[in-house]
Amino acid sequence: MFDIIRARIKQGYRTMPFPKKAPAMPDRFRGLPRIDAARCPQGCGECASVCPFGAIEIGEKGVRIDLGRCLFCAECSRACKHGAIEFTNEYRLAASERKSLFVSAASPKVEAMGRAMARIFGRSLKLREVSAGGCNACEADVNVLSTLAYDMGRFGIQFVASPRHADGILVTGPVTQNMRLALEKTYAAVPAPKIVIASGACAISGGPYIGHSEQCDGVLSLLPVDLFIPGCPPHPLTTLDGLLRLLGRIESDRQKP
Amino acid sequence: MIAPLLSISNVGRASLDEIPVLDIEAFREVVLQYVEGGAALSALFGVPARRGIRLYAVLASRETGMLFVAASEEIVAEYPALTPDCEQAHLFEREIAEQWGVTPKGHPWLKPVRFQSRRGHGAAASSSQPVCGVIDYFAIEGEEIHEVAVGPVHAGIIEPGHFRFQCHGEIVHHLEISLGYQHRGVERAMEGGPGPRSIHYAETLAGDTTVGHASVYCRLLESLARCRVPARAHAIRCIALELERLANHVGDLGALAGDVGFLPTASYCGRIRGDLLNMTALLCGSRFGRGLVRPGGVEFELDVGIAADLLKRGESAFRDAENAVSLLWSTPSVMSRFEGTGPVTRDVALRIGLVGVAARACGVERDVRCDFPYSMYHFSHIPITTWRSGDVLARALVRWQEIERSWAFIREQVEAMPDGPVRAPVAALAPRSMVVALVEGWRGEICHVAITDDDGRFSTYKVIDPSFHNWAGLAMAMRDGQISDFPLCNKSFNLSYCGHDL
Repeated sequence: MFDIIRARIKQGYRTMPFPKKAPAMPDRFRGLPRIDAARCPQGCGECASVCPFGAIEIGEKGVRIDLGRCLFCAECSRACKHGAIEFTNEYRLAASERKSLFVSAASPKVEAMGRAMARIFGRSLKLREVSAGGCNACEADVNVLSTLAYDMGRFGIQFVASPRHADGILVTGPVTQNMRLALEKTYAAVPAPKIVIASGACAISGGPYIGHSEQCDGVLSLLPVDLFIPGCPPHPLTTLDGLLRLLGRIESDRQKP
Repeated sequence: MIAPLLSISNVGRASLDEIPVLDIEAFREVVLQYVEGGAALSALFGVPARRGIRLYAVLASRETGMLFVAASEEIVAEYPALTPDCEQAHLFEREIAEQWGVTPKGHPWLKPVRFQSRRGHGAAASSSQPVCGVIDYFAIEGEEIHEVAVGPVHAGIIEPGHFRFQCHGEIVHHLEISLGYQHRGVERAMEGGPGPRSIHYAETLAGDTTVGHASVYCRLLESLARCRVPARAHAIRCIALELERLANHVGDLGALAGDVGFLPTASYCGRIRGDLLNMTALLCGSRFGRGLVRPGGVEFELDVGIAADLLKRGESAFRDAENAVSLLWSTPSVMSRFEGTGPVTRDVALRIGLVGVAARACGVERDVRCDFPYSMYHFSHIPITTWRSGDVLARALVRWQEIERSWAFIREQVEAMPDGPVRAPVAALAPRSMVVALVEGWRGEICHVAITDDDGRFSTYKVIDPSFHNWAGLAMAMRDGQISDFPLCNKSFNLSYCGHDL
């Protein structure tokens, strides 16, 4: 008993002060890519050709990276001889619309999300997690949100065991053919109004498995999605920031650095 | 008299023509003899041939520190199963039957493994794919018998799988585990490689074992390409692999505490696991080690500043973990739940071919780092941690001792880093060759086997995650136990669904 109390004192208070103060991301963390149009000569296309997952398009307006497909491997950044692509430390990547995940030189803002969700779920959001393919890294980093370091419960957000108790589902994985039915049934079991969150490159686009016949290239092929959280896997703070912005709990129109 | 087989070292390369091709009776006999003699069946798989398939077996003999490889002559429709005489083969043979439509005759339990579509000859003509999880489950009959079905969607944030319990009151007489929900076709996609996607497939075979699987893949590739990986890269890979072990073992001990309702350790370990993951992020930017291990070496240098930070943070995380975990051993309510729960005997562990923590907790001395040493483990020996009782307590104790030893190893490596580059160029792969690579991931032995075609591309790429061997262990641990102990037993194994389903 005394050992337990002594340990409690030794372990201390470890919950991060997020969102008041965001912890420093590691220097080598690869977050939002920044595209420097001035350094990018038209039509070189080296970046697009090395991306294994087709996340980069070269259009009239220059390079465009689809964060929904990006695994943040930074192969493109290394391939660019002109140094036009750089992965910054910015972890705020989540968006409520698929098209907002396309990053070009001209789109440097964190997407503003509607306030509609705030009224319904702003003070309490219960989610059912459905793992549908993937590699368990997304699941692991969703799980840590419930640890005392992030303590997501203090925002009224909680993962629950039954879809009947949930306000929505958070899906990870590309949705394998073998999980499709279970995902559909879980979604159907959630009472309306309900939301769907696609977490990780797999759930958004199929991720590394894009194009495989064994999976569905993400949740959008089956269900409407309210929040997209890019990453492979998304950093827990990317997820937490996305959830809080969706719920209107933190401002969404801060400028990106 | 045991027939001579081709012996190769861990990540040794063999020309396909060197591998002895035996008729199926002789193949069967020789595999059984090696297993009888104490070798473990690390891999058994089918490779498409002209009309049917050819079987390949990899037998790991810790006595000699060598891997023995055998191939069979072509099999078309059926062959005499090994399983009746060698339980280790049971899931491998189910896999062969499911993938290639060849029947291992006499196999007692030929149920689907992943509910994947048939491959090879006659795949197009085969009947439609079965619905995942719909099989003829083993059932006990009787008025007081009841059946409990769980999954694929579970209560927590975990991967999908289906568990079917046959119970009499609280007592579980039989647990059947049906997986396949995570099947996303990785092995098939690896064929024809290596390509730009290959390393990403390796990193996502089991996300919590990113460094483990990526290391095996790269070592295999490097062997086929005759690439000499710089010593410094070896050291960084081993540090990352042990960091992965630390993070997962600490997380598991916390989760075990959570499952018996002992919240102090559960809370602290959850946080400490995060700190350990952040140490990997310090090294390469990703908490799971994504982007670190690359063919020819590693992508990121461990510079002096990072090394110092790593040691400082590691020491503090280790001290906190020591403090948090020691509460488990001194709390009677925890010990009474751990002790005697979910026991697996040493005999059963050997027969079904358990690997990793689960095997060592049953007193089976099996650890790739010692038995088939590679890279830095040649020079820096990590003693094998075992415990005899085979229960939840044993699996917890083995984890804690491995944490201590891994941290000592990391400290030693960081303080004595070899100089030099961290990456070497990788040339084209040798054609018509086979390489077997083993690495001790945090769950246990990870085995990848690659066979190249005439052009030096992968014609076969086989992945055997430790979970593939160990799911049967969980079923055995539950036998005659209480159904309420299932979460605890399950956590004490903490197996991978995606690593199994591929």
